[in-house]
Amino acid sequence: MHSDCVAELAGVSKKFGKIVALDGLDLEVRRGELFAVLGPNGAGKSTAISILLGLRRPDAGSVSVFGESPQNLSARRNVGVMMQEVALAQELRVHEQIDLAASYYPGPLSVAEVLELTHTTPLRDRPYGKLSAGQKRQTQFAVAVCGRPKLLFLDEPTVGLDIQARETMWNVLRRLVAQGCSIVLTTHYLEEVEALADRVAVLARGRVIASGTVSEIRAHVVRKHIGCRTTVAVEEVRSWPGVESVAGDPQRMQITASNAEDVVRRLLAADAELEALEVRRAGLSEAFAELTQETIQ
Amino acid sequence: MSAATLEMKHEQAVTRAMPGRRLFGAYFTEAKYETIRMLRTPAFAIPFLALPVALYLLLGVLLFGAALRSDPNGAIFAFVGFDVFGVMGPGIFGFGVVVALEREQGLLALKRAMPMPPSAYLAAKLCMAMLFGVIVTASMITAALTLGHLPLSAGQCFTLTALNVLGALPFCAIGLFIGTRTSGKAAPAIGNIIYLAMIYLSSIMFPLPKSMQASAVIWPAYHQAQLTFRALSAPSQGSAWVHLAVLAGVTVVFTALSVRRLSREG
Repeated sequence: MHSDCVAELAGVSKKFGKIVALDGLDLEVRRGELFAVLGPNGAGKSTAISILLGLRRPDAGSVSVFGESPQNLSARRNVGVMMQEVALAQELRVHEQIDLAASYYPGPLSVAEVLELTHTTPLRDRPYGKLSAGQKRQTQFAVAVCGRPKLLFLDEPTVGLDIQARETMWNVLRRLVAQGCSIVLTTHYLEEVEALADRVAVLARGRVIASGTVSEIRAHVVRKHIGCRTTVAVEEVRSWPGVESVAGDPQRMQITASNAEDVVRRLLAADAELEALEVRRAGLSEAFAELTQETIQ
Repeated sequence: MSAATLEMKHEQAVTRAMPGRRLFGAYFTEAKYETIRMLRTPAFAIPFLALPVALYLLLGVLLFGAALRSDPNGAIFAFVGFDVFGVMGPGIFGFGVVVALEREQGLLALKRAMPMPPSAYLAAKLCMAMLFGVIVTASMITAALTLGHLPLSAGQCFTLTALNVLGALPFCAIGLFIGTRTSGKAAPAIGNIIYLAMIYLSSIMFPLPKSMQASAVIWPAYHQAQLTFRALSAPSQGSAWVHLAVLAGVTVVFTALSVRRLSREG
């Protein structure tokens, strides 16, 4: 176990009837990091998070949050939660939702501080039931952070948010991490992971199939994308070794290659007038697709 | 507000023990907002509060009042029937339907994941049901004294109020049991079946055929009604201790089953 570990699943298995949701899963969340948990639908993300939150008990393996069982109230007093499928009390106003959630914690922020931190002051007196989907997510975020959590679980936090609200939430998350808060993020928005995550775990079939920094996950895919304007014919480039695909025309050629450096050298040798050369690594989404596809196959 | 005041102060928030004052505050805040929610949804609250006294006034006073006045025990029977009816509703539906809906909407899971004191949720709903019991009792006593011409002493009014407030507990426990095992859509139907069956089969409203009278004892409403008859110095059946034991047993068993379910599966 890492010395800065704040939450851990060790060899956790969980079955629902005959369906294996988690199959000896190991996960570790470290202090002051944003840890993203990715995986296709049914990979076991929700089950893993619900066990870390103390909502479910594992069939086998161990779970600890701040060295305790998440069933213990003292462990959960360090935890903030934003779930995806939840409806807060429709009749309560935003400031009342925060006041109620804050009452569960020993040293929470004041309601005014939470409203300012999460940029929800304009929503203060609005009944939750009359908020838009994005405003409801902002309120749920405010509820999640009101207790000064040391560990924050966020499930699809930016669904329904406009670009400005999303940027605002990202900034708050960066600030929380800088202050030592650990965040566990589950999302389908991979650009969110690329922008925020310190570490990533990719789950499939109840196991971790890859983990590391975003760059390390991207490195699972060796192919790169090359863009250029050239006089070399598309058919010729397509015949070179390592070239997987060529799209466009010589004026705007897009090459995907497993040995980009060799292809670039060959392009420069063949065309001294080559212009607008651009080499791009595979994105996280490509790496994610490839990793999960390999596992499913 | 300075940026410093918004600091999350993680290093300072090392101690996570809950001082007693804050723990009490969590229970109080939960109960306060539960009450505010109910006050903001009068369509949910008013039927439970108004229906018992409205039916009592219609049937026990307007339609059959003259006949019941000549038979004091009959007048008390009508009063007790609607009084117990009023105690049952908020417990069975307030707990059953609301808990089922909040489970379905994920609110209960969120509260369980947050450090809400484990019994604050139930205590808040219990306070609501007891408050409803007080309001129903007050309205029934007022109707009985003014329009029903039922002579109730101050002592009887006090005993009746206490009985109704505590009498809400077994029905809350049954409601909670329904709420922890059914969906939001099914809970009203299941609640209605149990509610209507209990009203008829416990013989609190209508005398049962002789062949069915012995079976009334299985329903908590029967025991609540017998205790109410005793409180009003009217003829009753069975021992008060047995009635109290049955009501306490129903409360303990159904609450224990429900809490076990909530803590394991939500």
